Amino acid sequence: MRQRWEESIKVTDILMWLIGAAILALIVSGSIATLAAGRYTSRHWFDFIIFGLAQGSIYALIAMGYTMVYGTLRMINFAHGEVFMSGPYTAYFVAASLNNSGFLDRQPIVSLLIVFIVSMATSTLIAVLLERVAYRPLRNAPRLVPLITAIGASFFLQYTFRGLYGSGFQAYPTVKILESPMVIGGFRILKFQAVVIGAAAFLMISLYTFIQRTRVGKAIRAVSEDKEVATLMGINIDRMIVTTFVIGGMAAGAAGVLYALMFKQVHFFMGFVPGIKAFTAAVLGGIGNIPGAMLGGIFLGLVESVGPSLFLDGLGIVAPYQLKDAIAFTLLVLVLIFRPTGILGERLAIKKA
Amino acid sequence: MNGVARIGVPMKQLACVVMVLIMVLGLGVASAPAASPAKPKSSFEYEDRIGVVKIKPGGPIHIACWFAVAGSEATLGIDSKRGVEIAIEDRGGKLLGFPIKLTVEDTGCNPEGGQAAATKIASDPTIVAAIGSTCSSEARPGAPILWRAGIVTVSPSNTAPELTSPKRGPEYAGYLRTAHNDKVQGAVAAEFARKKLAVKRTATIHDGSPYSEQLQAVFVATFKRLGGIITSQEAVAPTDTDMRPVLTKIATGRPEFIYYPVFIAVGGHITRQVKEVAGLERVYLMGADGMFSPDFYKAAGEAAIGMFHSSPDFSAFAGGYRSFLEKHQKKYGGKPLSVFHAHAYDATMIIFAAIEKVAKKAPDGTLYIGRQALRDALYATKGFKGLTGTLTCDAYGDCADPRIAVYQTTADNVKKLVMPDKPFWKPY
Repeated sequence: MRQRWEESIKVTDILMWLIGAAILALIVSGSIATLAAGRYTSRHWFDFIIFGLAQGSIYALIAMGYTMVYGTLRMINFAHGEVFMSGPYTAYFVAASLNNSGFLDRQPIVSLLIVFIVSMATSTLIAVLLERVAYRPLRNAPRLVPLITAIGASFFLQYTFRGLYGSGFQAYPTVKILESPMVIGGFRILKFQAVVIGAAAFLMISLYTFIQRTRVGKAIRAVSEDKEVATLMGINIDRMIVTTFVIGGMAAGAAGVLYALMFKQVHFFMGFVPGIKAFTAAVLGGIGNIPGAMLGGIFLGLVESVGPSLFLDGLGIVAPYQLKDAIAFTLLVLVLIFRPTGILGERLAIKKA
Repeated sequence: MNGVARIGVPMKQLACVVMVLIMVLGLGVASAPAASPAKPKSSFEYEDRIGVVKIKPGGPIHIACWFAVAGSEATLGIDSKRGVEIAIEDRGGKLLGFPIKLTVEDTGCNPEGGQAAATKIASDPTIVAAIGSTCSSEARPGAPILWRAGIVTVSPSNTAPELTSPKRGPEYAGYLRTAHNDKVQGAVAAEFARKKLAVKRTATIHDGSPYSEQLQAVFVATFKRLGGIITSQEAVAPTDTDMRPVLTKIATGRPEFIYYPVFIAVGGHITRQVKEVAGLERVYLMGADGMFSPDFYKAAGEAAIGMFHSSPDFSAFAGGYRSFLEKHQKKYGGKPLSVFHAHAYDATMIIFAAIEKVAKKAPDGTLYIGRQALRDALYATKGFKGLTGTLTCDAYGDCADPRIAVYQTTADNVKKLVMPDKPFWKPY
């Protein structure tokens, strides 16, 4: 009897639960103290949430690339951050020339569409090339090998862009019609944030529908469940894998333009941090699971924006925003303690182990 | 294998004998011309407590730079490197008849990079002295590594007060700087805000680096002493891009002025995003010398118009600065990239002057430079006429003649990507 009890609950499990409970208690007490202090009005909270949603939807779009590649190839494409960087960096030159010719001011929507298309096309091209050159030859190698190639490819892309365009910043032209704030129901929201959130939501919904409803989407899901059986069903695995890279690259390229709308600058190293964050988001949501990646990205963005003020202000910690990454990763630990497969990862975890 | 080893032993012994013979012969030959009847055999003696660099005739005097020449803060380091290169050129590439060799290591503006570069320099026994680092965060781990190897270093751009504080510890004994101490810069910024702009409520942001954190602390202390209120002291990470949440938090304190002495990447994001946050549309913005660069205008764009920077007062520089700028224009085809090129020039020049003071030539033409002697000579620098002013080093290595002014950015500056050249306000 005692032995069975010991087998079912291990000491490490109890320890983990205790750590989890302690973190949770800290978060709750901090939040209550902050809300009781009443420093922030509802308008401030609304701003925090909008900022978090905008940042989070960019993470979510990048995270889709990580999660889809993991779903089909069981590898982490660490060069995906650079796929994200290459799109808006290349589109910058188009945007700058559109701005210099005055076309951007006259036809802002058309210009934005052009920038989106250039960025998405470049990112897609880079993603497909990456798959062809760096990953396909190693498809049957041990799992660590493509991981190392991915890191190598990441450095290669970063320093290629640095070599081509220099190590300085490139300032994205501002789209004037998107700069002014608008007021919805008493709350002030910046137009470009609305565009970022709206565009990201549209892209995520359409990609999800594509995966769920179309024949190609079904084939991709089949490949991710079982490659051999999928081959027996007459699915061209290579083509499906390229398709996942195309979709991931498109999402990353679009995310890149949204990032440039939000931060108005590009830099050869700009993909690194969002890449890491999006990877975290993918793990948080349950890697391999597409709605999970979206959820994880938005959750991470919200925590980074709201978390420092909500959790730490009440605990009397000075300069809480320095700790925003610490909060985000603490929450990752917390989620993984209680749900080791991520928020939505359970269904897939059984087959992939 | 065994056979080779058996042959090897006598070979080795033979080699030893030959070596000894050569050495004895060599000594005899070397001392022969110098052996005048009046002097004993060992006529030349040069001693130093921690070590001597010997440079053979024709061999180079090896100087190392450890600057942030790559990465997001590369403009700072490249700017300083150019100052050093022009200084060497002004000396005709030679010192005491020996050619000058320059090695540059990248430091990346972070502690790890500083440590790596310092370790690499410390492992090279031919290096006489170093110039660097660029960022204060690099000097904190790096300067002690260099001094353990007996290499003295002069920084043109570290400004964090702790590096030359009396409490800094003996491991920093080989560290000096020609950059101003931020005790001066932070106080000037606070006086400007309080006296010139008559600001009452201020918020600050730093990025956790020693430069930024300490400069901000000096500002806060002075501002409070002058009767101002600090609404909040925030911090971000150097890799952060979304500053809107932290700015929203700052907005709850209703400041009139935000002081953020950070580097270009973070500074650009803050400058662009301030005006997007409700309640901060009309605040004054002020940065410091770490982002006083055309590259910052690229990062911040039109949002930089009207903001203030504290920086060394170029109009107070010595007359030689004009010809420095001409040489810069000729050599690199443009204006300096940042603010510390003249400080780097001066750092190089005081090192050269100190080497000239302590170096001794042996009769065979070998140059002897004592490491402790070089360090002491640098610390004894007094009344040195440099580009940035008259340099006198104190007991903790502060050599600058600090004159800090406040500059304001105009629309024209941003459009043409050039720094304002006339100070907006001076404390003196």
